[in-house]
Amino acid sequence: MDKKEEKDRNIFERAEEFLQVFKKGAEFTQELLKTNEQLRYRILQLEEEGMSLKTNPVLPDKQYEELAKQIEALKEEREEITKRIKEIENENKDFAIRYVEVEEENNNLANLYIASYQLHSTLDFKEVLQIILEIIINLIGAEEFGIFLLDEKTHELKIMASEGIDETQVPSINMGVGTIGRVAKNGEPYFMEDMSDSSKTDWLNPMVAIPLKIKEHVIGVIVIYRLLQQKKNFTPLDHELFTLLAGHAATAIFSSKLYSESERKLSTIQGFIDLLTK
Amino acid sequence: MEEYKVLIVEDSPTMRQLIAFSLKRLKNIKIVEASDGVDGLKKLSQDAFQLIITDINMPVMDGLKLVSLIRKDAVYKTVPIFIITTEGGQEDRERAMALGANAYITKPISGPQVLEMVKSHLNIK
Repeated sequence: MDKKEEKDRNIFERAEEFLQVFKKGAEFTQELLKTNEQLRYRILQLEEEGMSLKTNPVLPDKQYEELAKQIEALKEEREEITKRIKEIENENKDFAIRYVEVEEENNNLANLYIASYQLHSTLDFKEVLQIILEIIINLIGAEEFGIFLLDEKTHELKIMASEGIDETQVPSINMGVGTIGRVAKNGEPYFMEDMSDSSKTDWLNPMVAIPLKIKEHVIGVIVIYRLLQQKKNFTPLDHELFTLLAGHAATAIFSSKLYSESERKLSTIQGFIDLLTK
Repeated sequence: MEEYKVLIVEDSPTMRQLIAFSLKRLKNIKIVEASDGVDGLKKLSQDAFQLIITDINMPVMDGLKLVSLIRKDAVYKTVPIFIITTEGGQEDRERAMALGANAYITKPISGPQVLEMVKSHLNIK
């Protein structure tokens, strides 16, 4: 009986222990559930805070406004600088274009200066004609051309010097006849519109005819039949240069012709004087 | 400042003056002129040049003959030679370059263009 009682008591004790452990486990579970609930609540709070931070920054309103103003000012400054850079770039392009134009003008003025210097460096008629030929080849870029001078007695234009053509093939031209005659008559330069077509040489109708004028008096015509193969056309500057050169060429021809005639007359008179005084 | 000597061989006085006028914009440049190939060779033997500019069609001795003779001279084997000519054909250009020319410029010339080429070959900034 004692053994049985002892066994029952042991069973009660163990049951009591187990009950205690179970109660502790239940309490712990209750605590865990409570903590879990608190954490969920905290997560919700944090999420709400995060959302509100996105929409409403934490900075004070005044500081935020200042920063926004600064950003706006910087944006405006950047736009202004970008605009200015574009303006400067455009100005630079304009300057570059202008520089090229000035260089071209300078080059043409140099050409004109040197050509006129050469033209007026001599009073020898043949030398003057040679210089004109040289200038037309080197500065104008002509391959076949001639210098026609007006014969005051016959009123015909006769070729006096040429390059690249057979002078014997070139006829004398009456005033007003063909392009050359018309240029000589009205004193206005002629430039063919399409200079690329120079397959056939027409002695009366060249691609360029420039009157040699002293004031309004035409003394001859410079005529171009063909340009050098690398010179495709005349630019407006070429027109200007050629017309100016023709003016200098006319005075050089006229002066040298007068000088040659006076020299000849002087020599004749000197001959007579020598005859009379001997 | 280094001085550069340039020889211009050209029978046309107008053309010589034009080229010289363009190059004189460089301050450290000395220009010597010759009227044909033979005159050019004579000037080359009298001084040391850093650049030679020559025409092709000239009396006495033409420019191509001059280029070939210059290239035979050890002193001028590598000196830049520019041809300035009315001859615009591809064959003329190829012939000149084959003989040893460094640049082939056709007339009518542009002064600024020649100046830039000279500056480039002489490394002048």
